[in-house]
Amino acid sequence: MDSFAMPDVIVPAAGVEHTYTTTGLPHRKIGIWAFIGSECMLFASLISTYLIYKGRSVVGPFPHEAWTDPSTGHHFRAILNIPVTSASTFVLLMSSLAMVLALAAVENRDKPKVTMGEKILGSSKLWLFMTALLGTTFLGFQAFEFTSFVHEGVSIRTNLFGSSFFTLTGFHGAHVTAGVLWLCTMLAVDFKRGLGPKDALNVDIMALYWHFVDVVWIAIFTLVYLIR
Amino acid sequence: MATLAAPAFAAPIERSDGGFLSWLGTTDHKRIGYLYLFTATGFLLWGGGEAMLMRWQLRAPNQHFLSAEQYNQLFTMHGTTMIFLVVMPLSAAFFNLLVPLQIGARDVAFPRLNAFSYWVYLLGGLFISVPIIFNAGPNGGWFGYAPLTTTTYSPGLNIDFWVAGLQILGISSLAAGFNFITTIINMRAPGMNLMRMPMFTWMAFVVQFLIVLAFPVITIALVFLLFDRFFGTNFYEIAAGADPLLWQHLFWIFGHPEVYILVLPAFGLVSEVLPTFSQKPLFGYPVMVYSGILIGFLGFGVWAHHMFAVGMGPIADTVFGVTTMLIAIPTGVKIFNWIFTMWGGSVRFTTASMFAIGLVAMFTIGGISGVMHSSPPADLQQTDTYFVVAHFHYVLFGGSLMGLFAGIYYYYPKLTGHLLDEGLGKWHFWLNLIGSNLAFFPMHFSGLLGMPRRIYTYDANQGWDTFNLLSSIGAFIVGFATLILVYNMLVNRKRGRLAGNNPWGAGTLEWSIPSPPPVYNFAEIPRVTSRYPVWDLTAPELTAAVPHTLRGDEMVTAQVGGVSAGQMSVPADRRPAAAAGAGLHAPPARVPSAEELGIPIPYTTTKPFFTALGIIVMFGGLLLTRMENKIPGWAVLALGAATLVGGLYWWLTSPLEPEHEHAGAHGAAPHHAHAH
Ligand code: HEM
Repeated sequence: MDSFAMPDVIVPAAGVEHTYTTTGLPHRKIGIWAFIGSECMLFASLISTYLIYKGRSVVGPFPHEAWTDPSTGHHFRAILNIPVTSASTFVLLMSSLAMVLALAAVENRDKPKVTMGEKILGSSKLWLFMTALLGTTFLGFQAFEFTSFVHEGVSIRTNLFGSSFFTLTGFHGAHVTAGVLWLCTMLAVDFKRGLGPKDALNVDIMALYWHFVDVVWIAIFTLVYLIR
Repeated sequence: MATLAAPAFAAPIERSDGGFLSWLGTTDHKRIGYLYLFTATGFLLWGGGEAMLMRWQLRAPNQHFLSAEQYNQLFTMHGTTMIFLVVMPLSAAFFNLLVPLQIGARDVAFPRLNAFSYWVYLLGGLFISVPIIFNAGPNGGWFGYAPLTTTTYSPGLNIDFWVAGLQILGISSLAAGFNFITTIINMRAPGMNLMRMPMFTWMAFVVQFLIVLAFPVITIALVFLLFDRFFGTNFYEIAAGADPLLWQHLFWIFGHPEVYILVLPAFGLVSEVLPTFSQKPLFGYPVMVYSGILIGFLGFGVWAHHMFAVGMGPIADTVFGVTTMLIAIPTGVKIFNWIFTMWGGSVRFTTASMFAIGLVAMFTIGGISGVMHSSPPADLQQTDTYFVVAHFHYVLFGGSLMGLFAGIYYYYPKLTGHLLDEGLGKWHFWLNLIGSNLAFFPMHFSGLLGMPRRIYTYDANQGWDTFNLLSSIGAFIVGFATLILVYNMLVNRKRGRLAGNNPWGAGTLEWSIPSPPPVYNFAEIPRVTSRYPVWDLTAPELTAAVPHTLRGDEMVTAQVGGVSAGQMSVPADRRPAAAAGAGLHAPPARVPSAEELGIPIPYTTTKPFFTALGIIVMFGGLLLTRMENKIPGWAVLALGAATLVGGLYWWLTSPLEPEHEHAGAHGAAPHHAHAH
């Protein structure tokens, strides 16, 4: 039975701390990447459903063409308003820039800042606020877009275009909303006790999420709005 | 044949159960594994009971013990229960128990998220399986095809419970997926490189990727259905131009990876059990790893073989037929590797190894009938008949569940410190093997004779009567066998024979520590220098052919004709264990506590529970909005949302564990790794 007897010690790894990680990266950094991978499949399903249903609606209004209701004779314009959405896309892209600056400011909080420019660039409060503001502006554009579409006669129940469009962009909007709330809590912490290099990981993870949501919008804007 | 010597040492730490609240607030991966194990076993009895009812009805022609509607609810809930509430959670029980132990970690990466996954599973499981008692159980089949499941054809709450319930259960699986991916990537002990990971952890790793990539797809399919049912959208409205195949595609893009989610963990367990009871390293380890990964990849490319009958056209049918045949290759490779692992080994027949061998045989039968309907013309004859029912019970019952049973017999002692009774185990095994073959083999014939699946009763004289009687007898034998297992588990939980650290003479890391393991698992993080660190110490001759390194984290390379040839084996007397003098010393009389060792242990916390509760209450509120008066529904929904947000807030703003004594000295960044 000797081979069943057991040593109580496997060779310990000397000097390895409780906080050891295999890759040297913090767990949450890896967790957020796994999450983002999963989210890719979520949006891929939404976007492909939109594309599969493109042109299959039995009744209008339609995204890119005008339509006259044969029973009422009512005339509908093409629904999507590309200039307005281009503006909101630009706003969201700029928010990612602000996010990059916010992260840099948090990381470099302890570096001395002399010139006006350095002080502005180094203010994490300013850039977190800007990111949240630009995100909120994007949401404002979306609220405007949604209400005006409903006024023009297409709601989530009207046709396949309405259902798939509102669900897709609504899901994206919900993600932006979650991001804005996240930014606001971070901003609150910054005002309360100041964010420094030890918070960089938290901000970094939020930034990854934010950039991801931004990239998804670029895909949506291209596939839904620009391509006819 | 070596039987198990009662270990002469290591009285197990009787883990004091510590009362209800300590379970409600636990973040210990072993305790969570325990909860998963017993909850899933409970659901096994529940789903099994549903099967017994169906088989009682089908034992003879023209029975009316169950109505058609009751039968619909029973097969829907039997399938849903077995898949989402039994096999996946039993696998999760082993992920929880084993992954940290096998890779040399003290817990999972996010212990509280882990508790959250369990509570969502428990509450979501009750949410979806209780309604059948009130004759409001889901009744659209386990794959819930829309448009059948839209309000037009399925008014009433039945499908609402199913849609909401699956949505809830998906949250649990996804959260666990992120957790285990992070754990496996980031918490391996020094030297535990990827090609040294035990096979179970490897399969768990592949399965987590399948989960995080496949579940979002069904989430969206369910969101569409939920919106159609509650808000009047048109995703599955054919009159509005919707594609009647949209649901089928989305569901099976999830559904086929799902069947590998169900079977790969069982494969992993068998790959642990067979080497131990053959006293040989796993044959062809790298090929086992690669075939597991390949199955995972190909699993995403075969979904439409569930849809040959819908008329996708010759090109699509051919492509999916071919990919389906291809996936049989890596699967067959695994079968041969298991056989070669046993070949020439000194095979010991314990209940665990018998169930493992049972899997190899039964899964092969199921695999062969699978290859039969990978050919579209053959499938057109077999689809929606009992032939398919036979096939998927051979792979799910004979594959997944038998592998999980092997795992239960093998790992129960590690979890509880007590061995299951081998005598009862053998009874369970033989009754289970005979019963399941008697239940499922005749279904091949009734299927080929044209008996459709999902019929609640049938006429006599179609040649199906005998086969159905046999199936029913077999089913009841299996039912009885399952009761033996549950009895065995309950009785021996605290009273079974003491296990000691390593009752089976196994070679992987989890067997180097006491059973049950102390809260912190490893007093010191181990350094791993080969695939079988325990055998290196106890039986070095077994691991002569396995690659070793000296310290674990560096490669030892050899020059062969000017080409460097990767890892090479280090002679036994030069291995670090021998060098460090670590040997077979007497174990300490007592396992020291975490405080004595200065290892921080996460606080007990009910925040994950309340966060999970909030989610279930929200979905409950959503269903209540079906009432004439919408106010209670919205009120409950708001209450649930408040609980969710509140729970999440307190969770995220409270620390996981006491400050680590060394944290200050080693900088903040690594400490943050544990803050959530
Ligand atoms: C003693 C064990 C079992 C018996 C007697 C049994 C029996 C049955 C029966 C009678 C049906 C209904 C067939 C029909 O009318 O079409 C069924 C369906 C099914 N069973 Fe089992 N079963 C057992 C175990 C399992 C296990 C362990 C699993 C999965 C892990 C499983 C998964 C399923 C699924 C997915 C369906 C299809 C449900 C549907 O049509 O929507 N079964 N089973």
